Amino acid sequence: MALSDALPQAWPEERRRIVRDSIAVGVATGTYGVSFGAVSVAAGLSVLQTCLLSLVMFTGASQFALVGVLAAGGTPAAGAATALLLGTRNTLYGLRLAPLLGWTRWRKATVAQLVIDESTAMSVTRDHRAAARIGFLTTGVAVFAGWNAATAVGALVGNTIGDPRTYGLDAAVGAAFLALLWPRLRDRRNQLVAVGAVAVALGLVPVTAAGVPVLAAGGVALLAGVLSRRQDPTEVPSPDDVGGGR
Amino acid sequence: MTLWGAVIVGSLGCYLLKLAGVSVPSRVLDHPVIERVADLIPVALLAALVAVQVFAGQGRLELDARAAGLAFAVVALLFRAPFLVVVFGAAVVAGLLRLWWG
Repeated sequence: MALSDALPQAWPEERRRIVRDSIAVGVATGTYGVSFGAVSVAAGLSVLQTCLLSLVMFTGASQFALVGVLAAGGTPAAGAATALLLGTRNTLYGLRLAPLLGWTRWRKATVAQLVIDESTAMSVTRDHRAAARIGFLTTGVAVFAGWNAATAVGALVGNTIGDPRTYGLDAAVGAAFLALLWPRLRDRRNQLVAVGAVAVALGLVPVTAAGVPVLAAGGVALLAGVLSRRQDPTEVPSPDDVGGGR
Repeated sequence: MTLWGAVIVGSLGCYLLKLAGVSVPSRVLDHPVIERVADLIPVALLAALVAVQVFAGQGRLELDARAAGLAFAVVALLFRAPFLVVVFGAAVVAGLLRLWWG
């Protein structure tokens, strides 16, 4: 669906409101980059590697997955594969966003980096193009700035505190994954898929190399997606899910 | 693959996945099964990551202070606590348990 280019009467006021809300989301999301930075160096990555992940990978769930798999003793290849699988949802967000934002080729190559949960949530609900663009750009840039600054702080602090297990940072990783999963658990089918994935993963832990159980659990998503008949549009997080609510 | 390999391949790959989404004509990927699988992948992987992160260690299942951290996270999420409270609260709970019981 392409949006109209016409501006509504109250645009300056609406624009101010969208910018304010988007920056609030950026600040709220950006700050938890601190936890990514701390967890990443605890998993054995250097401060430089940690900061590069936030700059170039720039998608929270994939970043946490990469360092989580490594922390659990998985191979770098298994970590990268898990991160890429989680990155596929941004492809689907991009499909939804492209006609809304209506940007040309070269602009797309730069704004693509900003396609994440938060920027998608703050733009797909708008009813005209200028609002969708400003919501997407302001949120994307605010999250990018906050997330990268906070990652550096978390990594530098994490680097100086010694054995992460003493501070329970290994437990923080599981909590981070649960917090990322939480908004999706309202749906019944998602709950069943989650339970199936947990069963597959835990069942495989004693018999496979670390990193394999998580990738194998992705098979549950494949199976459920192929067998399910329900027609539904791509699930996009609501502004509530990315705001201060979590 | 080395650690650096994972950082570089994972990062560039994630960018290309984003670029593909805003670049390819929507009919290429616009299929109900692809859409459903793509929606379910984060659910399955994140759930598996929670389980493995909390209950796995050295090729076997373990129940330790991490489980208490997860229990804290569940309660905090039920009360709609902010992300940082959920994550660092879980760490504090697990850290304190280890302090008390070695």
